[in-house]
Amino acid sequence: MDAEAKESRKQLVADVLSGYPEKTAKKRGKHINVYEDGDSDCGVKSNIKSIPGVMTVRGCAYAGAKGVVWGPIKDMVHISHGPVGCGQYSWGQRRNYVSGGKMGVNSWVVMQITSDFQEKDIVFGGDKKLDKVINEVEEMFPLNRGISVMSECPVGLIGDDIEAVAKRKSKEIGKPVAPVRCEGFRGVSQSLGHHVANDVMRDWLVDPAAGKTPNFEPGPYDVLLIGDYNIGGDGWASRMLLEEMGLNIVGQWSGDASVAEIENGSKAKMVLIHCYRSMNYICRHLEEKYGIPWLEFNFFGPTRIAMSLRAIAEKFDDKIKEGAERVIAKYQPMADAVVAKYKPRLEGKKAMLYVGGLRPRHVSDAYADLGMEVTATGYEFAHADDYQRTTHYIKDGTLVYDDASEYELERFAQGIKPDLVCSGIKEKYGTQKLGFPFRQLHSWDYSGPYHGYDGFAVFARDMDLAVNNPVWKMIKAPWKPAEPAEPAKPAEEAAE
Amino acid sequence: MQQSADDIKDHARLFKTPEYQKLFENKSKFECPHTKEEVEKQSEYIDSWEYREKNLARTALTINPAKACQPLGALFAAVGFEKTLAFNHGSQGCTAYFRSHLARHFKEPCAAVSTSMTEDAAVFGGMNNLIDGLANAYTVYKPEVIAVSTTCIAEVIGDDLAAFIQNARAKGSVPEDFPIVTAHTPSFVGSHIVGYDAMVKGMLTMFWEGKERVPNEKINIIPGFDGYAVGNNRELKRMLGEFGIEATILSDVSDVFDTPTDGHYRMFEGGTPIAAVKDAVNAKATIGMQKYCSDKCLEFAASKGQQVASFHYPLGVGATDEFLMKLSEISGKPIPASLEKERGRLIDAMADSSAWLHGKTYAIFGDPDFVYAMARFVMELGGEPIHLVSTNGGKEWAKGVEELLKTSPYGAKAKVWPGKDLWAMRSLLATERTDYVIGSTYGKLFEKDLGIPIIRLTFPIFDRHHHHRFPVWGYTGAIRVMVTILDKILDKLDADTMESGISFDMVR
Repeated sequence: MDAEAKESRKQLVADVLSGYPEKTAKKRGKHINVYEDGDSDCGVKSNIKSIPGVMTVRGCAYAGAKGVVWGPIKDMVHISHGPVGCGQYSWGQRRNYVSGGKMGVNSWVVMQITSDFQEKDIVFGGDKKLDKVINEVEEMFPLNRGISVMSECPVGLIGDDIEAVAKRKSKEIGKPVAPVRCEGFRGVSQSLGHHVANDVMRDWLVDPAAGKTPNFEPGPYDVLLIGDYNIGGDGWASRMLLEEMGLNIVGQWSGDASVAEIENGSKAKMVLIHCYRSMNYICRHLEEKYGIPWLEFNFFGPTRIAMSLRAIAEKFDDKIKEGAERVIAKYQPMADAVVAKYKPRLEGKKAMLYVGGLRPRHVSDAYADLGMEVTATGYEFAHADDYQRTTHYIKDGTLVYDDASEYELERFAQGIKPDLVCSGIKEKYGTQKLGFPFRQLHSWDYSGPYHGYDGFAVFARDMDLAVNNPVWKMIKAPWKPAEPAEPAKPAEEAAE
Repeated sequence: MQQSADDIKDHARLFKTPEYQKLFENKSKFECPHTKEEVEKQSEYIDSWEYREKNLARTALTINPAKACQPLGALFAAVGFEKTLAFNHGSQGCTAYFRSHLARHFKEPCAAVSTSMTEDAAVFGGMNNLIDGLANAYTVYKPEVIAVSTTCIAEVIGDDLAAFIQNARAKGSVPEDFPIVTAHTPSFVGSHIVGYDAMVKGMLTMFWEGKERVPNEKINIIPGFDGYAVGNNRELKRMLGEFGIEATILSDVSDVFDTPTDGHYRMFEGGTPIAAVKDAVNAKATIGMQKYCSDKCLEFAASKGQQVASFHYPLGVGATDEFLMKLSEISGKPIPASLEKERGRLIDAMADSSAWLHGKTYAIFGDPDFVYAMARFVMELGGEPIHLVSTNGGKEWAKGVEELLKTSPYGAKAKVWPGKDLWAMRSLLATERTDYVIGSTYGKLFEKDLGIPIIRLTFPIFDRHHHHRFPVWGYTGAIRVMVTILDKILDKLDADTMESGISFDMVR
C-alpha cells in the first residue's frame, strides 16, 4: 500500500477515535493499528477488558465454554446451570452438526437443558437443585455418556460448590460429571471460557481415561483432529482429506465428538489443531504429559490446504507423504475449476473481516485464491500470539482492530468501503443497510462447510452470491442524485 | 468425487453422498456408540405413557423451555421509545445474546450496550462500570434517553442503581437532567414478559411520577412482547385511525425493527416519542394488549386515575370484537363501518375454508397470552386444541384458559399445562398426537421427532423470514393466521397424496 493510502487510513482511525470521550479514545487507540510490512506483530493490544458502554461485540466465558468447546460433544448432557436465558439464547445457534444419534435418546446437542434458577435457588444456593437435576437427567436420558455443568454468572457469586456436587454425582452414576466454571463475568471475553473448558476436559475426561485400554487398534498414524467445531460440517470435510491421506483419526474435538473420542486424547501420536485460540491449552498438556506433538494447520482454500497437507505429511513416513500428494492431485483440479468459475467474478474485491478464533487470519489466503484481498481484519477475543500469527497472512497497510465496537466497525466500513464485510449476526443487518454485501463468518451464514476442498467450493460460491447479488445495485432510488463519497462521520451528524 | 465446481453441494446435499456416508460409518467405530438395540429400546421408551408420567413429574430439571429471561423483554421494550438506548448493567455476554436473539428473529440490527462487568466488578460492585458506561454510551451514540436494565450479576451482588446513577451524574457522565430510566430485571425471576412490563413501567415512572394528570381523550396502548410487533403495531395504528382515536403506543418497535436498506444505518428510528410518553399520563385509559406483559403498568396507570383494560393478544373474531367494543366504550366512538366490513371479510374467508379446518387438532405453545389467543381462534375455526403449554404461564393463566375452553364444545378435549417445557410437551404429543403444533421455530423439533407439522406463529421464528412484517391482530391479521394454518394443512395433504396421485386434486 502506498504511503498516502496508509496515511489516509491512519487519519480514518484518528477520526473514529475522536468520537469517544478522551479517556476511551486513548484506551481504544491501543487496539487499532495500520499494519506495516515487516512488523513482528500487528501493533495492537489484546485480551483486555472491554470498555463499558461502547457496544462491544464480545460474548462471555459461558459462550466460549458451553457454546464453543463443550456444547458440541454429542453424547453428553450439557446443563446450563443457572437462570434460563444463557441456554436459551445459545440453543441451536452454533450449527455444530452431529452424525448419527437420536435427539433425547443418545444425542443432546440440539437441546436446551437447564437448571432454570429461581429466586430461591439464589437465596438458598443451587447445589441441592443441581444434585436433583442430575438425578432427573439420569432418569430422562439414561444413555448419556456423561454430564457437564456449565455454570452461569449467579453460580459463582453465591458460593455454590459445583465441584463437590460433580465429584459426588460422578461416583454415584459411574460416569463423568464435569463442573465447568465458565461464569460470564470471568475473564474479558469468550476466551477464558475456552481455557476453562480445556482445563476441565483435561481433568475430567482426558487424564482419567489415560489408563483405559483404547477402543481402537493403535497404529503409527493415530491422530487427533482438534479445534474444529464442525460448523456446517467443517470437521467432516477436513476429516475426509486426512483419512484419504492415510491418517487414522481417533478423536475429533469437539465438533461431532463423542466422550470416547475425548477419552482417546492421550492415545494419539500427533495432534492436528485448526482453531489454535480455543484449544491450544489442551495441546500443550498432551505434549507435556504424554509427549504428543501438535501441529497447527489451515484448511481454508486450496493454497493453504496443500501447504498444510504437506506439512502434516512431513511429520510421518513416505506412505503418508504419498497420501498427501495423492489427495492434492485428486482435489486440485476441482479446486482449479472452482477458481476458474469464481475468480473472474471476485478478482480485486476487498473484504473487511471482524470475527473470532482463527478466522481473521486463516481465511485470508482462501480469499486470495479467489483473487480477493483482506483489507481490514480483527479479532473479538484474540491474544498476542494470535496477532503474531496474523502477520504471516496480512499485507502492508491492512487495518487491524481488536475488540472493535459496533461504532468503530460501522465507521471503518464507511471509510474503507469494502466490497464485502464478514462478521457475525449482530453486525450483519446494520452493515447491509449501509449497502455492503455481508457474510456471517461464525455460522457460515447458515451454509458451509467451508473447510477442506469440498468446503472451498461452497466458500467460493457463497462469497460470489454475496458480493454479486443484484440487490446491492438497487440500494439507491434512481431519482436520487449521486452522493459524494462520505468521509467517516462523527457520531453527532450520523445520529441526526 | 463428492464435490464439483459445476454442481456445488453444500451441507444440505454434500453429506448424503456415499463418500461421506462411508466417513460417518468409519467415524462411528471410534465413538463407542450404544448398540442399536439399546437405542431402539430407549427410543420406544421415550414415547411411552410411563416415560410421560416421569417427564411430567420433573421438579428440578428443565428441558427445552419456551421462555427467555427478563432483560431480553426489557431491551425489547426500551428500544421502542424514541432515541432510547437500551443499556444492560452486568456481564457483556448477556447483551451479546439479547442482540443476537432479536436480530435472528427480525433479521434486523439490534443496538444495546453493556457495562461489561467482570470479576473485579463482581467483588467491588459495578459502579465504575456504570459511570464509564454512561459516559461512553452518551458520547458515542447520542441517545436522548438511556434505559438501564440489569443482568444476573448486578442483581445478585445488589448494585444500587439509583445511587450509582446519581454518582454518574455528579461525575459528569451525562448531564444532570438527562433521563435515565431503570428497571430491575433479574433473570431468575419470571421471564422476558415480566421484564417487558418492568421496563415500560420504568419509562412511565420516569416521565409520569410527580405529574398532575390533566385528563384528555387519548388512549394508551401497551402492545407487550411480540415477535409480530412490526406488522401488529402498524395494524393497530391503522385500526385506531379508522376509529379516529388518538392513541399512544407505549413502546412501539414497528419502525425500529423495520428500517430501510438505502445506504444508511439508523441506530435510532421510530419509537414512541418521549413527548408522547410524557403526555400519556393524561390519557383517558391504558390498554394492555397482553395481560401478562402489562399487569404492573396497568396498576400504575390506574393509580393515576386512568381506566385500564387488558386482553390476551387479541387475535381472531371474538377477541377482536371485544377489543374494538372496548375501544368504542372508552372513546365513546362507534365501531367504524370499515372495520365492520373487514370483520365480514374475515367471516367470509372462514366460511370458504371451514371444511378444511374443521375438526383439526392442535397443540399450542408460547407465551401465556399467545396460547390463550390461539386456542380461542382455533376453536372459532372449528378446530380442537388438545395440549396448551406455556412455560412462563402460571396457575392464574391456566385457570383463565380453562374458563375459555368451557365456552366452546371444541375445547372439551383440551388440557392446560402451565410451567411445562417442550420436552414435557413432547411426551404429551408422543402419547396423544395432534394433527398440528402451533408455536415458534423450536416446534420444528416435534416435526423432526414425531412427524407432526409445526405452524410458526409466535416468537422466535429464526428459520423463516419476514413473518413479523405481517399483522396477526385484527380481522385482517386473523385472515393471515388462518391462511398460514390452511397452507400447512393443504401442503400436507398434497404431500401425503403425491405418490399415489389419488386425491392429489387441482381444486381444493
